[in-house]
Amino acid sequence: MSEQIDQALSRKYDAGFVSDIESETFPIGLDEDVIQRISAMKGEPEWMLEWRLRAYRSWLTMEEPEWAHVHYPKIDYQAISYYSAPKSMKDKPKSLDEVDPELLRTYEKLGIPLHEQEMLAGVAVDAVFDSVSVVTTFRSKLEEAGVIFCPISEAVHKYPELVKKYLGTVVPRSDNYFAALNSAVFTDGSFVYIPKGVRCPMELSTYFRINEQNTGQFERTLIVADEGSYVSYLEGCTAPQRDENQLHAAVVELVAMDDAQIKYSTVQNWYPGDENGKGGIYNFVTKRGICHTNAKISWTQVETGSAVTWKYPSCILKGDNSVGEFYSVALTRGRQQADTGTKMIHLGKNTKSTIISKGISAGNSNNAYRGLVQMGPKADGARNFTECDSLLIGDRCGAHTFPYIESRNPSAIVEHEATTSKVSDDQLFLCKQRGLDAEKAVSMIVNGFCKEVFRELPMEFAVEAGKLLEISLEGSVG
Amino acid sequence: MLKIQNLHASVEQKHILKGLNLDIKPGEVHAIMGPNGAGKSTLGYILSGREGYEVSEGSVDFQGEDLLEMEIEDRARKGLFLAFQYPVEIPGVSNMEFMKESVNAMREQRGEEPLSAAEFLKKAKEACKQVQLPLDFLKRGVNEGFSGGEKKRNELMQMILLEPTLCILDESDSGLDIDALQVVANGVNSQRDGKRSFIVITHYQRLLDYIEPDHVHILANGKVVKSGDASLAKEVEKEGYAFLGQDNAEEAGA
Ligand SMILES: Nc1ncnc2c1ncn2[C@@H]1O[C@H](COP(=O)(O)OP(=O)(O)OP(=O)(O)O)[C@@H](O)[C@H]1O
Ligand SMILES: [Mg+2]
Repeated sequence: MSEQIDQALSRKYDAGFVSDIESETFPIGLDEDVIQRISAMKGEPEWMLEWRLRAYRSWLTMEEPEWAHVHYPKIDYQAISYYSAPKSMKDKPKSLDEVDPELLRTYEKLGIPLHEQEMLAGVAVDAVFDSVSVVTTFRSKLEEAGVIFCPISEAVHKYPELVKKYLGTVVPRSDNYFAALNSAVFTDGSFVYIPKGVRCPMELSTYFRINEQNTGQFERTLIVADEGSYVSYLEGCTAPQRDENQLHAAVVELVAMDDAQIKYSTVQNWYPGDENGKGGIYNFVTKRGICHTNAKISWTQVETGSAVTWKYPSCILKGDNSVGEFYSVALTRGRQQADTGTKMIHLGKNTKSTIISKGISAGNSNNAYRGLVQMGPKADGARNFTECDSLLIGDRCGAHTFPYIESRNPSAIVEHEATTSKVSDDQLFLCKQRGLDAEKAVSMIVNGFCKEVFRELPMEFAVEAGKLLEISLEGSVG
Repeated sequence: MLKIQNLHASVEQKHILKGLNLDIKPGEVHAIMGPNGAGKSTLGYILSGREGYEVSEGSVDFQGEDLLEMEIEDRARKGLFLAFQYPVEIPGVSNMEFMKESVNAMREQRGEEPLSAAEFLKKAKEACKQVQLPLDFLKRGVNEGFSGGEKKRNELMQMILLEPTLCILDESDSGLDIDALQVVANGVNSQRDGKRSFIVITHYQRLLDYIEPDHVHILANGKVVKSGDASLAKEVEKEGYAFLGQDNAEEAGA
């Protein structure tokens, strides 16, 4: 069986094309000068530059973390370019018609025709291409509802009070090595503000794409849901196929004020590298949300791409009765490595959290779940339920589970369940005996395994996620 | 329909089938009985193509083709169906979804259009009623948490939906209450149309009271040691396998 797995897993990466767009890219290297230039390119106010420089200085004092169950050669941070923008973006487009058609074609190839999305799906899209936000659709309709949805670089100018008030409050500048780097050099990302009591009239969505060679992507997303509001936000990612590794170090901060709800869904399909582990994205992401009283944050992620993933979307359950959820499907194949999970920090009374993690490993890959559930001394009656399931395809891959539980409150209840199973020969035999080919059988078994998570995704994303799994598994068993 | 000649096969270096012959004509029902470990399930697995079995000698002709050369799924698409002695679970994949995929795989083979969701649902409901399973079994995961008897009924339901040409039932009557036994028998009888053939593996004569076999074979020590009509089954029920002789019985029962 393993030989067939090898063969099948060498299939092509669908989003691996390179767009022929003239770009303006900084030379490689990082110092205070580069940060000043990034800031200048964006015409940032002084306070923003100051913020970046302080992040940079603390980054210099920090060490790259090594505790994750992943292995990769040392990253040379001086060999990366920290800014790249398509040239035609210099005079920013006012509407879709003004966007470079080549760029739009890139999105079409990715299956996200902006025009169509605008008209059919009613999804507002903020597309980030390398370092610059291309266009934000549907803005006027959102403005009517009072919703702010724009590139964060624009928010710095238009809504400085909001940005100043919330930026770095959930993920502090010096939170960790990658977050500090991001804080210093972030180039773009999305900003969302939902006013009090407003239910955002549509799903908000961002697509990230890394196009230029040797560029890092450091986007920064900040979502603030004011009291009693609701928003569902979708994020999708791809990158072209390149032999070099590329770095993606994003930061996402969510603020859910009293009674607010944020649902954040990700489908991540960065280029995973080839079957020998050459190339691929290093995906080192810090995502965290804070819940005030009665608020709820729900993270749902489907992670199929990247050479190395290091990612722990977390919730700080500060307010009483607040709720945190984490639903995750992580699929690794070839030589991919994923170390992902969540942190649920229970501070308030009667706070609740649910963690459902589904790890699927195939080929020579390694897939680790790492989760921390912390019950603070004031978290009376807090509860956590964790379910952590691993599915192995073939016999050269690995699944690892690292649950950490810290309870400082005797009334808190923490439940943890974990299972490891294999796509068994018996299951495959049954499927084939009923006329299904091996590929169909495996994708059906894997989809069944992920059902609890897919249920949490918005409709259009659930379909996409199912398809993505199917492609990712193409012929993963003979 | 199916002609097995001098079949020798082993698994994990263990020689299990030792020169088995069997000839099944369209429309016939053949019952296979025999002591535990005789090789009955092995025969079913080899016919359906399960990996890990090595055929060292002999041939199997299925509808004019060399069965042993075909992939598992091709055998299935060409009408070979195996009802498992121990059906496995596929958690999270609904029975509906699973059967729809397989029914459409069969239809594709026959050059027919796939069934629409509504058409399939209608058929599935009928089949579900026929094997007397509550309709919510269509929504449950394949065999997930089903009782032993429910699993067997579920296999029968799949057989009815897939309309195979050769059905191999491996102890579909084991662990069933009397009512279920009738359900299984009715399932088979309703599918007997003069063309479809059956291999019914069983330890009990009582199933054969409901399904009248055309032939009964005793399989022991990897071979058909005795063949006859329905009365042979009654004989076995009364006398056991003592007639096989000391050597055979010991070896087969070991
Ligand atoms: N994978 C295997 N490895 C070793 N021996 C095996 C394997 N599979 C089957 N056997 C052996 O082959 C013999 C035939 O097994 P088989 O399951 O075909 O018997 P059976 O006639 O169906 O018995 P029962 O009536 O108990 O169902 C048994 O002795 C069994 O232990
Ligand atoms: Mg058996």
